[in-house]
Amino acid sequence: MLRDISLHIHDLAENSITAGATQIDISVCADGEGFLCVEIKDNGCGMSEELLARVTDPFTTSRTTRKVGMGIPFFKMACEQAEGVFRIQSEPGKGTQTRGTFRIQHIDRLPLGDLGETVTMLILEKPEIRYTLTLTSNRGAYQFDTDGIREVLGDTPIDDYEILEWIKGYVDDHTGNIFGGVLDEIVGRT
Amino acid sequence: MKSLEELRALKEKTKAQMNLRNEQNGLRVVVGMATCGIAAGARPVMNTFVEEIAKRQLNNVKVTMTGCIGLCKLEPIVEVIDPSGDKVTYVKMDAQKAARVVAEHLVNGKIVSEYTIKAEENS
Repeated sequence: MLRDISLHIHDLAENSITAGATQIDISVCADGEGFLCVEIKDNGCGMSEELLARVTDPFTTSRTTRKVGMGIPFFKMACEQAEGVFRIQSEPGKGTQTRGTFRIQHIDRLPLGDLGETVTMLILEKPEIRYTLTLTSNRGAYQFDTDGIREVLGDTPIDDYEILEWIKGYVDDHTGNIFGGVLDEIVGRT
Repeated sequence: MKSLEELRALKEKTKAQMNLRNEQNGLRVVVGMATCGIAAGARPVMNTFVEEIAKRQLNNVKVTMTGCIGLCKLEPIVEVIDPSGDKVTYVKMDAQKAARVVAEHLVNGKIVSEYTIKAEENS
């Protein structure tokens, strides 16, 4: 099992990287009806209907579908144990969209975790990918976009360790702004 | 709150240091980041390497990630590879152990033998 939602997002985005994505869009949204919706969308190679039907079953995973493994079954389980719903859509050649919901107040809902760390680890792994992270709640909306950061940086590499440290803090600050008080584990900022 | 102004300042600073970088002839740190690694705590380990390397301004170390190498029960696994290709494999890592590997192995060139896979096999 993975300990928090940010780790699940990281793990699912690894599948997108394996699928050869050049853009990965992550969204975390508190929908106002008590649910947290998490979505990871990529433009990677996608999956056939046959593979798509099997990805949530850890026991049918074979060596050739290794890029999926236990990650998706774990995520599905994490959603369902918090009264949420899991859904995955994919089209060969177009990409994959994975979505899961969690009832925020459910006792088994995983904590959000460190989204700043998720983003920086993904950038470090494949800096050439465009990553976006959209956070939404009744406190407002925020979008992080590596293209925007790159625009500021010019020819300075985005995966420089000090730049990554800054990005982590920047994303964590905004996560506190959007989800502070909305999710009990995030300390609110005013 | 962090601001984009800070990022602009950081950009200038980083630019000045860029030509000091020597990753080609340096050390490579490889952290296992598949589901097994992440579940076992590879992320705090990875983050410690990034933090420590930034803090100590180690210009000859490159941190990368890899998938599952089939030793899931020994995760988090970290490999340190020197320019000649020689490899030291650290197992069952955590953030504290990672900080020690940075200080002793990456900075001073002394392998932390008690964290290696060899020590684990002999225990």
